[in-house]
Amino acid sequence: MPLRETAPKLSPEQYEKNFADISPAMDPRQAAIEASRCLYCFDAPCTIACPTHIDVPAFIKKISTRNLRGSAREILSANILGHSCGRVCPTEALCEGACVMHEKGELPIEIGRLQRYAVDYVLDNKIELFTAGAANGKRVACIGSGPASLACATELAKWGYDVTIFDRNEMPGGLDTYGIAAYKSRAADSIREVGLIRQLGVKFRQKMEVGSQISFADLERQFDAIFLGVGLGETWALDLPGEDLDGVYGAIEFIEKTKIQPFHEVQIGRRVACIGAGNTAIDVVTAARRLGAEIVYLVYRRGEPEMPAFAYEVQLAKHDAVTFLWHTQPIRVEGASGVVTGLTCVRTLPGAPDVKGRRSPVPVPGTEFTLDVDMVVRAVGQKPATDFLKAVPGVEINSNGTIKTNEQHQTGHLKYFAGGDCTNGGKEVVDAVAEGMAAARGLDAWLGSPRAPAR
Amino acid sequence: MADLTVKFAGVTSPNPFWLASGPPTNTGGQVMRAFEAGWGGAVWKTIGEPIVNTSSRYGAIDLNGVKMMGLNNIELISDRSPDINFREIYEVKKKYPKNLVIASLMVESKRESWHAMVRRAEDAGSDLLELNFGCPHGMSERGMGAAVGQVPEYTEMITAWVKEVARIPVIVKLTPNVTSVTHIAAAAERGGADAVSLINTINSLMGVDLATFAPRPVVGGKSSHGGYCGPAVKPIALHLLSTVAKNSRIPISGIGGVGYWNDAAEHIALGASTVQVCTAAMHYGFRIVEDMIDGLAQYMDDHGYPTIEDFRGRAVPNVKDWGDLDLNYKVIAQINSQLCIGCQLCYVACEDGAHQCIEPFKDSAKKNAGGFGVHVPRIIEEDCVGCNLCALVCPVENCITMKEVDTGHVPMSWNDRMRQASRSSPPPIPSGD
Repeated sequence: MPLRETAPKLSPEQYEKNFADISPAMDPRQAAIEASRCLYCFDAPCTIACPTHIDVPAFIKKISTRNLRGSAREILSANILGHSCGRVCPTEALCEGACVMHEKGELPIEIGRLQRYAVDYVLDNKIELFTAGAANGKRVACIGSGPASLACATELAKWGYDVTIFDRNEMPGGLDTYGIAAYKSRAADSIREVGLIRQLGVKFRQKMEVGSQISFADLERQFDAIFLGVGLGETWALDLPGEDLDGVYGAIEFIEKTKIQPFHEVQIGRRVACIGAGNTAIDVVTAARRLGAEIVYLVYRRGEPEMPAFAYEVQLAKHDAVTFLWHTQPIRVEGASGVVTGLTCVRTLPGAPDVKGRRSPVPVPGTEFTLDVDMVVRAVGQKPATDFLKAVPGVEINSNGTIKTNEQHQTGHLKYFAGGDCTNGGKEVVDAVAEGMAAARGLDAWLGSPRAPAR
Repeated sequence: MADLTVKFAGVTSPNPFWLASGPPTNTGGQVMRAFEAGWGGAVWKTIGEPIVNTSSRYGAIDLNGVKMMGLNNIELISDRSPDINFREIYEVKKKYPKNLVIASLMVESKRESWHAMVRRAEDAGSDLLELNFGCPHGMSERGMGAAVGQVPEYTEMITAWVKEVARIPVIVKLTPNVTSVTHIAAAAERGGADAVSLINTINSLMGVDLATFAPRPVVGGKSSHGGYCGPAVKPIALHLLSTVAKNSRIPISGIGGVGYWNDAAEHIALGASTVQVCTAAMHYGFRIVEDMIDGLAQYMDDHGYPTIEDFRGRAVPNVKDWGDLDLNYKVIAQINSQLCIGCQLCYVACEDGAHQCIEPFKDSAKKNAGGFGVHVPRIIEEDCVGCNLCALVCPVENCITMKEVDTGHVPMSWNDRMRQASRSSPPPIPSGD
C-alpha cells in the first residue's frame, strides 16, 4: 500500500533506542532495595486491586529473601501471564495505585517491575514450576490463544485436562503477541511466556480457523467442553468519505505490523493523524513517532479530561512530542491518486449530555480545517467478532456484541464457556487472565471436577 | 552554647566523645586525623606484645538494606610493637596536648610485666590508662583480656598491680560476657580503679555461609567467635551501664552502639561521663563526630543543661526493678486515621503476635489519591492492654500513639501488693541487676 510521502528511515540503532523497554528489567541490587521498601501489608490493597489477586506482599517478601523461585511460583500460580502483566498492566491504576506508600507520601512500590524480575528468573533459567495434573480423561478446546485462553488452558491442564488451543494466527499469544506497544513488550517476550503453558502439555494448533478449517460440530464431538477466548474483531470504521484510500489503517492492524515486521520495514507516513484517544490511540501515536514520523496528531472529539486513555499514557505521548487536537472531529479523509493527502476536521463544542452523562461533542459550523497528512489511523475501538460468534450454535450475544455468560462463564450453549475481551468488551490483559481462570473453574465444575484417582 | 568539656577521673576532655580502642585508633596518623575532626579523646588500639592477625577479620549483619546493624571482629590487639605505639603517642600528645590519649594495655598476667608497660605508657605522655580486661576472642585463649575480666579476683589483683605504679588515672574496661557485670566493676573498684568503661564486645558468631558451611567471618573455610558491636548492641550496653551506674561510685565511660549524639546522650543520662565510639567511625569515618558534638550541644541548649553534669545520670533512678513498677498505670493505643496509610501491620501484629485488641478495617471511608480505599483498622479500647506493639510496628511516625488513661486507682506495684497482702509472708527476694 503506497503512501504519498513516507518518513525517512532511521538507523537500526535508532529504532532499537526508540523502542527500548520503557520499564527496563531490574538488576538484583535494585530489586533487593525496592523489595525491602515493601511494608508487607496485611490484607494488602495491591492484592485486592489486582484482578487476579496476586499475593503481592508475599511475592515481594520472597524477592527480599532471595527465594526467587518461590516468588515466581506465587505470581504465576495466580496469573500464568504474570510476566506480561508485569510489563503491560496499567499498574498505576491497579496494584501500584492502591499501594499504601501514596498515603505515606512516598513513591509506590514498583510492583510491576518486581513481578517481571521474579518471573524473568524462572524464564531465564528455564525452571519448570508447574506440572500437568494426572490425565482425567476429559478434553477441552480453547478457541483463540490470547490471555484468556492461555489462562483457562493453564488451570485446566493443572487439573489433568487434555487441552488443545486453536488459533488462526501464525504465532500464539493473541493481543499479547500482536497488540502490545513494542516498547512495552516484544512478540518474542510473549512467545517465551507461552512456553510456560506449553510446559503443561497444552497443545497449540496455530493457523487453524475454527468454523472454516474445522467445524464447530467437529469440536463439539471431539471435546467435552469448549472455551471461547476469541477477543474482538477489527477496528471500527468511521464511515468517513475517503476512508478507503490507501494510507488509512486500523489501529490494531498498524500495531501488529510493528510487532511482526522489522521496524525499518514498517511503512509510516511522514505526517500521521490518529483518530481516537484511548490507550490504543496512545500506542499508535507513540509508535508512529518512534518509527520516524515527523508530525503526529492525535485527533479527539472531546477534551483532555474526557480522554479514556490513562493519564500516564497521555504523558508518554506528550513526551514523544505528539500534537493533541482536542475538540476536533474528523469529517473527511482527503486523497489524490488513491492515497491519503490530508484529514479534514471540524472543531466541536460540548453539547447536551448523552445517556452516560457525557456531553456529546457538537461540530461548530465554519471551523473546518485540513491537516496535511500522509497516513490516517483509526483508533476508535475494536468491533466485536460478531460474524464469528454468530456461527457458534446456541451462543447468545448481548446487544453490544459481547457473549452472554452466566456467573460460571458458561454461554447459552452449555458446552461453551467464554472469557476475555469477547465477554467484557475489551479490557486489560490481567482482566482476561482473571476471566479465563474463572471460566476454567466454571467449566471444571460443570464437568463434575473430574480428577485422576490418586495412585 | 552548652559547655561540652568533661572532667573525668581528674583529667579534662574537650568533649565526651572518645574513639574506643580498635582499628580507628591503630596509628598516630589516624588519631591525629580524629583529633582534627573533633574527637575529644582516643583510646589507643590495645598495646601489648605484637600479635599476628587473621584474614579476614570482620563480619556484619545487615537489616533490610541497612548495612552493618551489627559488626563483629576477630582482630586481636595491636600488631605493632609497643615501641612504635608509644613513640606515636608521644608525637600525638606533643601536637594535640588538649586532646586525651588513653593508652589501652594488655599484658601477660605478671606483675613486673604490667609495671613495665604502665611506666612506658606514662613516659610516652598518655593521659589515662585503660586496662583491656574485655577482649573476648583470641587473647582470652592466652590468659589475657576477658580471661581476666571474667574473674573478679583477677580483675582486682591486676588492677591493684597497675595502681602500684600508675601516676595517671586508670580505667578498667569491662566485658559483658559475664553473669553480672556489677561484681566485676566492684572488683575493679576494690583494686583501686579510678574509672570503668563498658561494654567491651559481646561473644558472637556472625552467621554461616550455607553453600560452604563456613561460619563468618571466614578464615580458610573456618571461623571463630568474635566480638559483637555496632547499633544492635546499644540496648545491652545501656542495661549494663545502668547497673554499674547504680552500684558504683567511680566515673564511667559508656561504650556500645553509639552512632550519633542521641545515643551518646542516652549513655550520659544513664551515668556515663564520656562515651566511646568505634563501629560508627569504622562505617563512616571520623567526620561523624561533628554532628555528635553539634547535636548534643543543641540538645543541651534546648533543655537548659549548661554542662554534661547537669543531665548526667538523670535516668538512673528511673531504672527500677520490675516489682517496683506501678501496675495501675495504663496506656491504650490510638490510631490517627488521618495519618493511617492502611497497611494493617498493627492489626496483624496485635491479632497474631499480641493481645487481639485491634479490629481490621470494615469500610473504606478514607480513599487515597487514586480513589482506592485506605484500610484504617480500629483499636478495641476496652481490650487494649497498652503493650506498645502496634505503635512499634506502625511505619508512620506519630500515627499510633499510646494515650495515658486514668484507672482511678492509686499507684500500686507488685512489691507494694506483696507487702500489703500478708505481713507474715517472707520479704521479697533481694533485687539483683
